[in-house]
Amino acid sequence: MNLRRVVVTGTGIVSACGLNTDDFWKSLVDCKSGIGPFSSVDADLIRFKNGAEIKHFDPTVSIQKSDLDLMDRFTQLAVVAAKEAVKQSGIEFNEENAYRTAVILGTSMGGVSTQEQSYIDLYQEKKSRVHPLSIPKTMLNAASSNVSMQMGIKGPVYTISTACASSNHAIGNAFWLIRNGICDQAISGGSETPFTYTFLKAWEAIRVVAPDTCRPFSKTRQGMILGEGAGMLVLESLEHATKRGAIILGEIIGFGMTSDASHITKPDQKGAERAMKFALEDAHLSPEKIGYINAHGTGTLINDTMEVAAIKTIFQEHAKRLPISSTKSLHGHALGATSSFEAIATILALKNGILPPTANFEEIDETCMIDVIPNISREKQIHYALSNAFAFGGLNAVLAFKKWEE
Amino acid sequence: MSEIIFDKIAAVISAKKGVNIELIKIESSFEELGLDSLDAVELIADLEDEFNVTIPNIELQNIKSVKQAVISIVKAIQ
Repeated sequence: MNLRRVVVTGTGIVSACGLNTDDFWKSLVDCKSGIGPFSSVDADLIRFKNGAEIKHFDPTVSIQKSDLDLMDRFTQLAVVAAKEAVKQSGIEFNEENAYRTAVILGTSMGGVSTQEQSYIDLYQEKKSRVHPLSIPKTMLNAASSNVSMQMGIKGPVYTISTACASSNHAIGNAFWLIRNGICDQAISGGSETPFTYTFLKAWEAIRVVAPDTCRPFSKTRQGMILGEGAGMLVLESLEHATKRGAIILGEIIGFGMTSDASHITKPDQKGAERAMKFALEDAHLSPEKIGYINAHGTGTLINDTMEVAAIKTIFQEHAKRLPISSTKSLHGHALGATSSFEAIATILALKNGILPPTANFEEIDETCMIDVIPNISREKQIHYALSNAFAFGGLNAVLAFKKWEE
Repeated sequence: MSEIIFDKIAAVISAKKGVNIELIKIESSFEELGLDSLDAVELIADLEDEFNVTIPNIELQNIKSVKQAVISIVKAIQ
């Protein structure tokens, strides 16, 4: 089968590091973290106090007020980011192309704010009913459905929920649909809004959130920091993009995925290794070609040690010259949305010749001896990069990207 | 106090993992008893509720035996 090349022609993002792609990228390059005290939940009731929470989000910038009642916050973020990405791409959807366009989005928990309100109404307020739209606002596919409705997209529309790998799985699926000729274009990415009392309590209980901040690969790391937001990419076949004269931002060339089939939360190094290997094979790349990895890098003791060991196994000698970073130290761990942020960061790193740093780095850990681009972004022209995502449930998804060159 | 804490730990582990309570000793490591990291998180949560204390995450990560769990809870109570 003749496989088509797949390029990225638009990006959109709403995050603690910025309410659009330009601000997000500037924040990463300047190592300006979006992590700080959260305010949407009473911090006195939670053991950890910091998060990467979006401040000053106004959904009415691109969503009509009459439509807002239909949407949980996770959907609002998705729609705003999708509109930014589509605007940049210059695509206009019509009856002719609508059925050849996909919307494939990731989220781990969907509309938790709406669900939380239902609990408050029933258990606290003792009301006899909840909001009539609780189901369509909470459901995991609410974001993908609303994006399709707002844009008039009528092809394959679905949601993938694989915890912290959701967006990479979503983007990988969209990539393969276009590469195999099933669709010509797609909106893909993810959204997540973890800042509700019950959800933060659940993260508190599982003991992986840091009391201070996110310090990936640093000896002093104490865990992850939750983040929220949505990141969206417009993908299309190279032929389609060229024909309409689109500006191309980058190319997706490989996708690999595995399941550890071992432990529900503890990652298995072999699963991570194989996912990277499969992404390289799918891209027909030898490991030495990779110039940067946007790491999963949660900042937990176990993940970071495991990930560095996996990278060293796959890249061997090349690992000594291979810079990696965890941008979660800046935009937080946005769970089902996080790898959409990281895909955008990786595409822009290739495009702009600047590698974003690992923020909050303090002290070298002997189990993480690798170049993590500590605290200062680095100018470096690279041609190929990976973006890793290794989720709870043992689900791993890795994307391979190429710098766009005429 | 240490004995009360030990008895509670032994009871929780025995109930959760089906280990004969007689075989749970102060020197037993969690690994020997078949407890993984998530089991340890659940055990410490039960102990926090029972003794009304809080064990910080960083300390929890280093609790890998019955003895270390007892020491941490005693320290937190004091």
